[in-house]
Amino acid sequence: MNNSDNANHADPAIYSHPTRLTGAETLWATLVGEGVRDVFGYPGGAILPAYDALRKFPLRHILVRHEQGAAHMADGYARASGRVGVAVATSGPGATNMVTGIANAMMDSIPLVCITGQVSSTVLGTDAFQEVDITGITLPITKHNYLIHRAEDIAPAIREAFLIAKSGRPGPVLIDITKNAQQASAIFDFAAAAPAAYRPHPMLRADASSIRDAAELLRSAKRPVILAGHGILQSNAMEQVRALAERMQIPVACTLLGLGAFPASHPLNLGMMGMHGESWVNQAIQQSDLLLACGMRFDDRVTGSLATYALQAKKIHIEIDPSEIGKNVPVDVALIGDLKEVLEVLLPALPKIKSSEWLQAIDAMKGDAAVRDIQNLPDDGHLYAAHVMHDLWHATSGNAIIATDVGQHQMWEAQYYKHEHPRTLITSGGLGTMGFALPAAIGAKIACPDKEVWVIAGDGGFQMTSPELATIAQEKIKVNLAVINNGYLGMVRQWQERFYDKNYECTPLLSPDFVKLAGAHGIAGATARKRPEAVSAIEAARKHDGAFLIDFRVEQEDSVYPMVPAGAALHEMIRRPKSDPLKNNQRRNPLVETASDV
Amino acid sequence: MLHTFVALVENKPGVLTRVASLFRRLNINITSLTVGESERSGVSRMTIVAEAAVDRAHRIMASLYKLENVLEVDDVGRHSAVVRELAIVKVAAGPKTRAHLFELAKVFHARIVDLAPESLMLEITGGASKIEGLVQVLVESDYQILEMARTGRMAMRRGQHTSRVLDALREVPATSESTLAGKPKHTALGKVSTEGHA
Ligand SMILES: Cc1ncc(C[n+]2csc(CCOP(=O)(O)OP(=O)(O)O)c2C)c(N)n1
Ligand SMILES: [Mg+2]
Repeated sequence: MNNSDNANHADPAIYSHPTRLTGAETLWATLVGEGVRDVFGYPGGAILPAYDALRKFPLRHILVRHEQGAAHMADGYARASGRVGVAVATSGPGATNMVTGIANAMMDSIPLVCITGQVSSTVLGTDAFQEVDITGITLPITKHNYLIHRAEDIAPAIREAFLIAKSGRPGPVLIDITKNAQQASAIFDFAAAAPAAYRPHPMLRADASSIRDAAELLRSAKRPVILAGHGILQSNAMEQVRALAERMQIPVACTLLGLGAFPASHPLNLGMMGMHGESWVNQAIQQSDLLLACGMRFDDRVTGSLATYALQAKKIHIEIDPSEIGKNVPVDVALIGDLKEVLEVLLPALPKIKSSEWLQAIDAMKGDAAVRDIQNLPDDGHLYAAHVMHDLWHATSGNAIIATDVGQHQMWEAQYYKHEHPRTLITSGGLGTMGFALPAAIGAKIACPDKEVWVIAGDGGFQMTSPELATIAQEKIKVNLAVINNGYLGMVRQWQERFYDKNYECTPLLSPDFVKLAGAHGIAGATARKRPEAVSAIEAARKHDGAFLIDFRVEQEDSVYPMVPAGAALHEMIRRPKSDPLKNNQRRNPLVETASDV
Repeated sequence: MLHTFVALVENKPGVLTRVASLFRRLNINITSLTVGESERSGVSRMTIVAEAAVDRAHRIMASLYKLENVLEVDDVGRHSAVVRELAIVKVAAGPKTRAHLFELAKVFHARIVDLAPESLMLEITGGASKIEGLVQVLVESDYQILEMARTGRMAMRRGQHTSRVLDALREVPATSESTLAGKPKHTALGKVSTEGHA
């Protein structure tokens, strides 16, 4: 039964008149007061008092199939909407099941509030049934956490948690509430529970002289590049970044999480940088004389070897988290603060520039990239994952929200699905969590019911959270699911091919018939082995009323190119061979059939 | 190098773990860490001494400030400061050997705080080198150290400097002595996301 159908709205008067409520009621009342409409959760003994009170409140509760799914759904919800995602679990195993999801949100700075039940305070510390020290466990993977054992502390903790989760550099906050605190009662005074004013990090610093220094560097740069990161989305600075790029004709390279922060079709957009970035993007960075880093953290996946990274470039780093300054790459000017605010101060100090030789030079770097592009190879009857991404992009006009999992398909999506709009790519960047896509897409769809939402997952990662298909069925959620089925843990196989002498140890994968699996949940589906089948399956999925799964049987031993081997210099890329690499030394996973077998 | 930080933190359960865990996460060994009450109720004062590369101080401070319970951090190692430690040392000594120890105590400005038939206890305060000097002399003079306890360092800046946070709490306008002087108003840049729930 869906709670939204029978919501018995709590009396709005409780927000204006302090009222005695149980801790359980206080929990939901505070969430509602904070503007929450949807929560993702799973009940159990220690959170049962809270669930008992849930029905009185205007909240939609999505019953997940695993608490990791609840955290990822709240995460996808937050990424798609910019609002705080809320996940709920019971004590012990419920709480520990959320840990991966919380760590994922922490690594990508996603605002979550996670609520866990805890054993009663009278038995805390006694290894009571389903007791686990979840505040201890999540200490390094939350922005902050609380252990609450009195009903009167619940509302202030939750209200503060929302402020912490979304302020500064966002992140997950966990609140562990003992069972007896849920059962006890206290006066609920929403206004009085408001947190103290947000205290900005005391080391924020973007004073006039640093702004001047940055402007001077920008003015004198001959080969500048903007590095566009996730912080642009977090700070809502899309317009400001675009204004700066256009004003000074500076090309823009995106991190994985920065995709969508700058329109893909914009003439100044170079594409994605880093390990699987296009060759000219990484070349441009290596040859640049000025990098303007906007809300990104010079992760090892985007820098390659630090010893050889952008050695000719001065660096300006605009970043809200002072602990990121100089962490991996020394910078010449640090503007530490909210990106949008900093750019608004910086912009007027910059001159307009009409054209730039640098842009032409980068164009020339593209060289033979087009020839190597798999899209331009003649159709040989094989289905390549890159084709699927391209066809999906084409069919959806680049307007869908895509949640990707982790692996080769994630990189192909990033390369071939051109994200025009912010918050349309939902992917696990920092932690690289397989199993993320399916639950994250559910969260995104709940947050944005009018948007077309696709899951793109590998055959491996899809199976990590595929029980959430039942959540889709129960909650009647319209998402489309693309399983990129290459019969392997593909990204790992690619490394084995390159660096472990093709010793494909433990990467061939026997999977269920995904279409039948969907069918078992009452979800429609189709298999696609050739390109025309792929195109028509995509259309069928889009037309279908409910969720729809497509099992794309793609080339098994395809690899993602270009590739910067871990630890190599950013410009030392392995390029896609000009002739089709797959024809010759093909070994197949005997467990799975593809187009060529049929 | 040895870094010395003073951190004012909320006096709440678990705060020490958060601070200690941060250093663990940064893979930095804590040489000493002392915690105790400060001049303000509800606020504890920590002195953290840690061994780390010179250029890591910025990141350590910035990371400490990211802990919600940390109110203020000061890198006192970069300023003129009084740094003190207290040690108590129990030395095996009978009636015959005591006299020499009494002399040593005098030289080191240590005090004898306990005297038993077979041992005596020295109390010494000072910088780490003074304490280590005493220990070295004891060892070299073939005394047997039965037990030793050291508090770890406590530090306080010299002069008029007072903590910025406490200044603010007392609503004293920032003076030129304050660390706020010359810095921009940072509140303008510490934006809270305005994208609340509709
Ligand atoms: C939870 C988890 N376990 C292991 C890994 C290591 N890993 C990274 S990519 C990958 C293979 C993914 O295979 P699949 O889901 O089939 O996607 P493909 O690379 O084939 O597109 C693995 C095992 C991971 N990222 N996450
Ligand atoms: Mg695979």
